[in-house]
Amino acid sequence: MNYLRAVATIAAKDLRSETRGKEGINAALAFAMVVLLLLSFAFDPSGEQAREFSGGLLWLVFAFAGTLILNRSFARELGNDCLDALLAAPIPASALLLGKCCANWVILCALYLVCLPVFGVFYTINVAVQIPGLLVVIALGAWAITVIGAMFSALTVNLRLRELMLPILVYPMLIPALLGAIQLTTELLAGAPIGGDNRIWLNLLIGFNVIFTALSVFFIETVLVG
Amino acid sequence: MRQKVIYVLCGCGALVIARNLYVVFLQLPDERLQDSIWRIFTFHLPAAIVSMTGFAIALGFSGLYLWKRDLRFDGVAAATTEVSFALALVTLVTGSIWARIIWGVWWAWDPRLTSYFICLLIYSGYLMFRRVIEEPETRARLSAVLSAFGFVDIIVVWKSIEWWKTLHPGPVLSIRTGGGRIDPAFESAAWWNVLAIALLAVAFVLIRMNQEQTRRELDAMRRLAHVM
Amino acid sequence: MSAIEIHQVWKFYGDYPALRNIDVRIHRGDCVALLGRNGAGKTTLLRIIAGLSRPSRGEIRVEGGAVRAPGAKRRIGILGHGIAIYDELSAYENLRLFGAIYDVPDPKRRAMEWLERTGLDRVRDGLVREFSRGMRQRLAVARAFLHDPDVLLLDEPFTALDDRAIAVLQSLLKSAREQGRTILMSTHQLREALELATRVILINRGAIGFDGDRTQQMLDEPAWLYRRYGEGG
Repeated sequence: MNYLRAVATIAAKDLRSETRGKEGINAALAFAMVVLLLLSFAFDPSGEQAREFSGGLLWLVFAFAGTLILNRSFARELGNDCLDALLAAPIPASALLLGKCCANWVILCALYLVCLPVFGVFYTINVAVQIPGLLVVIALGAWAITVIGAMFSALTVNLRLRELMLPILVYPMLIPALLGAIQLTTELLAGAPIGGDNRIWLNLLIGFNVIFTALSVFFIETVLVG
Repeated sequence: MRQKVIYVLCGCGALVIARNLYVVFLQLPDERLQDSIWRIFTFHLPAAIVSMTGFAIALGFSGLYLWKRDLRFDGVAAATTEVSFALALVTLVTGSIWARIIWGVWWAWDPRLTSYFICLLIYSGYLMFRRVIEEPETRARLSAVLSAFGFVDIIVVWKSIEWWKTLHPGPVLSIRTGGGRIDPAFESAAWWNVLAIALLAVAFVLIRMNQEQTRRELDAMRRLAHVM
Repeated sequence: MSAIEIHQVWKFYGDYPALRNIDVRIHRGDCVALLGRNGAGKTTLLRIIAGLSRPSRGEIRVEGGAVRAPGAKRRIGILGHGIAIYDELSAYENLRLFGAIYDVPDPKRRAMEWLERTGLDRVRDGLVREFSRGMRQRLAVARAFLHDPDVLLLDEPFTALDDRAIAVLQSLLKSAREQGRTILMSTHQLREALELATRVILINRGAIGFDGDRTQQMLDEPAWLYRRYGEGG
C-alpha cells in the first residue's frame, strides 16, 4: 500500500474513532475552558499587562488541553490489543505514527480555533487583528505538541504510571516550541506581523517541528517493536 | 579487577581534590571583585563541564546499545547519566550560591541557569522513566530513545533560551564568562578540579555499573524461579 | 523455500533466556500445534514470527522474506489473546479498515463476504462495543482471515471462545489446511488442536523439546506428549 494512503487510512480511522466517541474532545474542551477561567483569576484580564501575557496564557491553555488529547493517542490502541494488529499489518510503523499525528493535529487545531475567540472575549483582545499569521502559528504549535505527544505516548504505552510519566516527560521537551509560539503570539496579538525580529521564533518553531518529526519517524519502530 | 580500579580512581580523585582545596583556599588570594566567593567557581565550572560531557557520553553509549543491543552499554549510559545528573545539580546549587552573594538573588533567569534547569528536568524525567520499567531490554531500548530526544532538545533549548534572553534582556547583570579575564592561576585551579571531578565521576559510574550488573543477575534468577 | 524459517532464534529478557536456540523449518501446508506449559515461550515465539517483537539473536523468514518487511506481513494473519478490533467502529467499518490496511482488492466487498461467512451480516452497522462476546470473537476471526493469508499464526485461539465461534474457527482452519495454507497454532486445548494438526512442536522452557508428526497416539492420549517430553507435569 502506498505510504501516503497508509497514513491517510490511519488518520481517517483515528478521526472517526475520536469524533464518534467525543469523550476525549469534550474533556479537552472543558479542561481548556476551566484553565482559561483559572488563569483569568491569576492574571487580571482587564489590565494592560494582560496583553504582555496574552501569548503565554493562550499557549498554556493550548499545551494543557493538547497533551490531554495526545496522551491517549497510542494508549487507545491497547484496548482489545489493537496495537498488535496494527504492528503486524504491512504498514510501516512511521506511517502509523504520522497517521495518528495528522488526525490529532486536525483535532487540536479545531480545539484551538474554538478556544481562541473565547480567550479573546475573556481578555478583551481582538484575536483577529493578525489572523493569517496567528493561524500559521497555531498550526505550527499544534504540530509540535502533536508530534511530541504522540511519540511520547508511544514511548510510554506499556508503562505502568503512564498518566504520571507523560506530563513529566512531555512538557520540558515542548519548552522551545512553546517559547517560540508564545513570543510570536504575543506580538501578533499586539498587532505586529511576522517578520524582522519575529522571524527567529518562526524559524525556531519550524526547525523544532522538522527535527522532532524526523527523530520520531526514525525511532518509532524501535520504540514500538524493538 | 573493577574494584581495584574504583579504589585507585577514588584515591587519585581524593588526592587531587585535597591538593585543589589547599591551593584554592590557602594559596591563592581573594579575587579583586568577588572576594572569597569566587572559589566556589572552581567547583562550579568543572562540575558543569564534566556533567555536560557526561550527558554526551551517555548519549553515545545509548546509541551503542541500540546498535549492538548489549546491555552493558545500557548500564554505562544509565550510570553516566545519573552521575552527570548529580553533577548538574551541584552546578546549579553552586551557581545559585554564587549568584546570591554576587547578584543578591538566589535565582536569575539568565540563559545558562535557565537552560541548565530545563536540562535537569529532562534528565530527571529520564531517571524516573528508567525506574518505572522493569524489563531490562525494554528499559534499555526505550531510555536510549528518550536520551536521544532529551539531548537534542537540550541543544534546542539552549539556543532558544539564549535568543529569548538576548532579545528580551532582563535586569542588567554582568555575567562573568570565565574566559580570558581570569588570572591564569585561578584558571589552572579550575582545570585541576575538572580532573579531580572527572576521576571521581568515573569511579562513581563504575560503582553504579556494578549495581546494574547485580540487578540484571538478580532479575534473571527471579525469572528462572518463576518458570520453575 | 519453507513457509516459516526460524534460524537459531534466541530471546533474552535481561539475562534470562525466554527462547533458546529455536531452529525450525515449517513447510507450506503444515498445520503445527505448538504445545508447552505456561511461560515456556509459545507466545514469545509467535510474537516474534508475527513481527511484533525482535529476537535477541537469529532471524526469521516468512515465505522467503524478512519478517518485518511489508511483503511478508501481508501474507500473515494473526489471532492473538486480544481480539484486535475497534470498539468504536462498526463490524463493517472494522473489516473494511483491515481490508484496506492489508491491500485487499475491493475491501468493501470482501468485508461483506466475511461478515456473511461469520454470521454477522445482520449486525454489520452495529458498533462492536455493543456486541456480545461471541460476536466479537467471530469478528476477530473474520479479521484474521480477511486478507486470505498464506500463513496463520494463532495464539491459544480456542481459549475463551463460545461454541459457535469454535465451530466457525474450526471450519475455517480445516478449509485453510485443505487449501494448503500454513498454520501455526499454540494451544492448551489439546483435543481441538491435535485433531487439526499435522505436526507437533513442544517447547520446554524456551527450547524445542519435541518436533515431529502428529501421531494417532497423541490423539488418543494427548497428555502423553507432556509426560514424555515435557518436564514435571
